[in-house]
Amino acid sequence: MSDNATRQEALPGAAENHAGDHKPYAAYLLGLADDAMVYAQRLSEWMTNAPQIEEDMALGNIALDLLGQARALYPYVGSIDGTGRGEDDYAMQRDEREWRNVHLVEQERGDFADEMARLLWFSARQVELHTALAGSADDVLAGVAGKALKEVRYHLDHASLWVVRLGDGTDESHRRMQAALERVLPYLAELFDDDEASVLAAGLGVGVLPSSLHDAVVARAGRVVDEATLTLPNDSPWRSRGGRDGVHSRPMGYLLAEMQHIARSHPGATW
Amino acid sequence: MLMAVESPVAEAISRIPDPEVPVISIADLGILRSVEVDEDTHTVVATITPTYSGCPAMEAIASRIVFEARRQGYAADVRTQRSPAWTTDWMTDEGRAALERFGIAPPGPVVGETPGPVAVTLSRHVVACPRCGSTDTSEIAHFGSTACKALRRCNACLEPFDEFKAI
Repeated sequence: MSDNATRQEALPGAAENHAGDHKPYAAYLLGLADDAMVYAQRLSEWMTNAPQIEEDMALGNIALDLLGQARALYPYVGSIDGTGRGEDDYAMQRDEREWRNVHLVEQERGDFADEMARLLWFSARQVELHTALAGSADDVLAGVAGKALKEVRYHLDHASLWVVRLGDGTDESHRRMQAALERVLPYLAELFDDDEASVLAAGLGVGVLPSSLHDAVVARAGRVVDEATLTLPNDSPWRSRGGRDGVHSRPMGYLLAEMQHIARSHPGATW
Repeated sequence: MLMAVESPVAEAISRIPDPEVPVISIADLGILRSVEVDEDTHTVVATITPTYSGCPAMEAIASRIVFEARRQGYAADVRTQRSPAWTTDWMTDEGRAALERFGIAPPGPVVGETPGPVAVTLSRHVVACPRCGSTDTSEIAHFGSTACKALRRCNACLEPFDEFKAI
């Protein structure tokens, strides 16, 4: 893994926005795309590492759905933020401070229970988010969200089955699933922060206020946790923040280094 | 599907097999939404819709459309349309029969989210074994060999089989 990859000088594609912005909510869409892209990268790590081959397939397929959702948004962001950037520019040529994803998705994958806890919360958020965005005033976003909604429902179903199976399983699986719920807790508050871009997009009828999703997401996850005979933890002594402003946690640089290494080693290469 | 009547090029495009499930054409799968042929300029505008956001077959399908059109002497413009989102309800009866003959259980009707204590109900529906017809089948894995399929097993004839997921 090359740390140099993330310290490279700014490439042309990663330039600051030029004049000629067409729509003011590009940053909001970029946050949506980055959440999906970074989580796709994390989930893809499970391929050949999951507890059974069916899970390699499952998490690989979920990663692929999220990657597709991100790919649908990046070129559109490029068309409305005035830079004309394409999907590879966003995914491969941006440095850490330019990424707008929440901290939850960039965390190291941990054990399988940790991933199921994260997938449960992330997918519950995505279901509520895409349900709302399917009615967005922006037609492109509404189309992407309407498509994604079908996919994230299935992801939530998958995570729910595992959380119930592990929580209501053996003493060992119950203990580890409960510990996993506690480990993801500090990263959940950030999902519902009303950052500047969200407020702006929601005001235009394009986006949705993250805080408005909170109760429904907690209710969804809570039902699963109950059926799994687990306890929804609360009151974390600390919480993550800053992802939407490009301030990330330690694992993010390593993730980008791995993801971007090839593309940055061979700028402009195609296949 | 909107299609130019009796146009050989539109016909050729609609017969293109799905790269992942070659027993079914992109028209029967509901991926091909329309083909508009302009005989004056010899150009074709084909609109396709992805089954899943990340479906890796979309690029292969688009290039195959361009290839088929060129074989007939046309230039093709392939457009991707996400809305309305693809649903297995668009699959033709002919396509469903072809899947079943191939050993893939065709998708059932699309059910929305079921209200209940926990919405883990998507996998608890009745699927008939494409081999022996028994409805005594169970899910092995939520995700199968491609994004659009789940893996099941028949408890009567004991054969595993793919199920095309209803979405």
